[in-house]
Amino acid sequence: MLSDIVSRIAITSEGPRPEDAVDPRFGRAAGFLLVDVESMEMSYLDNGSSQVLAQGAGIQAAENLVKAGVQVLLTGHVGPKAWTALKAAQIKVVQGVEDMSVGEAIAQFKAGSFSYSDAPER
Amino acid sequence: MIVAVASGKGGTGKTTVSASLAAVWKRPVLAVDLDVEEPNLHLFLRPNSVAGEPVHLAVPVLDEQQCSRCGICSSFCQFKAISLMGRHLILFPEMCHGCGGCIHVCPEGALGIGQRELGLIEYGSTDDGIPCLSGRLRVGEAMSPPLMAKVRQQMRRIATQEHRDAVIDAPPGVSCPAMSAVQDADVIVLVTEPTPFGLHDLRLAFQAFRVLGKPMGVVINRAGLGDDRVQAFCMENSIPVLMEIPFSRTIAAHYARGGVLSRMDDDYRKSFEALASRLESMAQSEVSHA
Repeated sequence: MLSDIVSRIAITSEGPRPEDAVDPRFGRAAGFLLVDVESMEMSYLDNGSSQVLAQGAGIQAAENLVKAGVQVLLTGHVGPKAWTALKAAQIKVVQGVEDMSVGEAIAQFKAGSFSYSDAPER
Repeated sequence: MIVAVASGKGGTGKTTVSASLAAVWKRPVLAVDLDVEEPNLHLFLRPNSVAGEPVHLAVPVLDEQQCSRCGICSSFCQFKAISLMGRHLILFPEMCHGCGGCIHVCPEGALGIGQRELGLIEYGSTDDGIPCLSGRLRVGEAMSPPLMAKVRQQMRRIATQEHRDAVIDAPPGVSCPAMSAVQDADVIVLVTEPTPFGLHDLRLAFQAFRVLGKPMGVVINRAGLGDDRVQAFCMENSIPVLMEIPFSRTIAAHYARGGVLSRMDDDYRKSFEALASRLESMAQSEVSHA
């Protein structure tokens, strides 16, 4: 039921492959693995442009996800400003995704074992 | 002339040196606390009837009706204070540095001028007539340089109008607040201690401030505590060691009661008077380590 109308999801990732670990940080994540839910086509979006910012990394990362046409984000935790930005773009967020590989996170998402967060974690 | 008392490492004795200098200064002086995140110079100089005046930063406010969501403002902002997320323009006023650029570039006139409170400018005077100026950052405010800029503006105004010198108690570190605090100085005193941390942060401070081309000297506090590597570093880099304050229980006890070291006894009064006149001649000298 989580996957209806969702075509593209992003997972914060420590690297470009599905075997790489989920990066629990959002704004300062190494990058995002972008996954087309239907075709399982994957691409990697480097987040270096956000990481180098002195402030506003979460906002920049959220902007990058909007540009990438993502509807759902799987990550460890999202800060309050990034949350505001993601909500404005109606991107749904699953928090608490960590200590697993990106591939596992995708599988769990498709199996419907995640639920969307309704507030940022502090 | 303006003296800034700075340090890389916190807790080395900037306030001890600042308060002591202000207390023995020969000409009219203004004591300025620019450590707006945790001002403490007043605990030693004890100004009376301190008045606080709130200071604001101009930040954008959005008129949704006028906004065409063109995103020019958000691409202009280097600080992510404005973000265009899909069809929504979101403002984060707490991230704003107050440059006004977004308001200027908006083709629709959709951004107006609002205010964010930065904190207070406080002003008072001691029993013996030393005026004290300081900033106090609002709790929750993340940026201190904008408030510091307002305090510095006030400092320069008072110094010019009342023909006063100024002694600045700077914030620790070598990032924006510390750099901002020493901008107006004619001479910089770096307070350190003879410990590995003291040396490490003295090195950082020296490297950061050196580019400003201002004369600098070192005061070693808690001398006798560690080793002589701070001395060696100063010698290698031709930084004069202006004074050593021993690691002493008597001094610590005096400090803990809120005492000013240069008022503790005649010896310290004379030492700080000598430091003050040394700084005066340094302020007029050429910079050797720039």
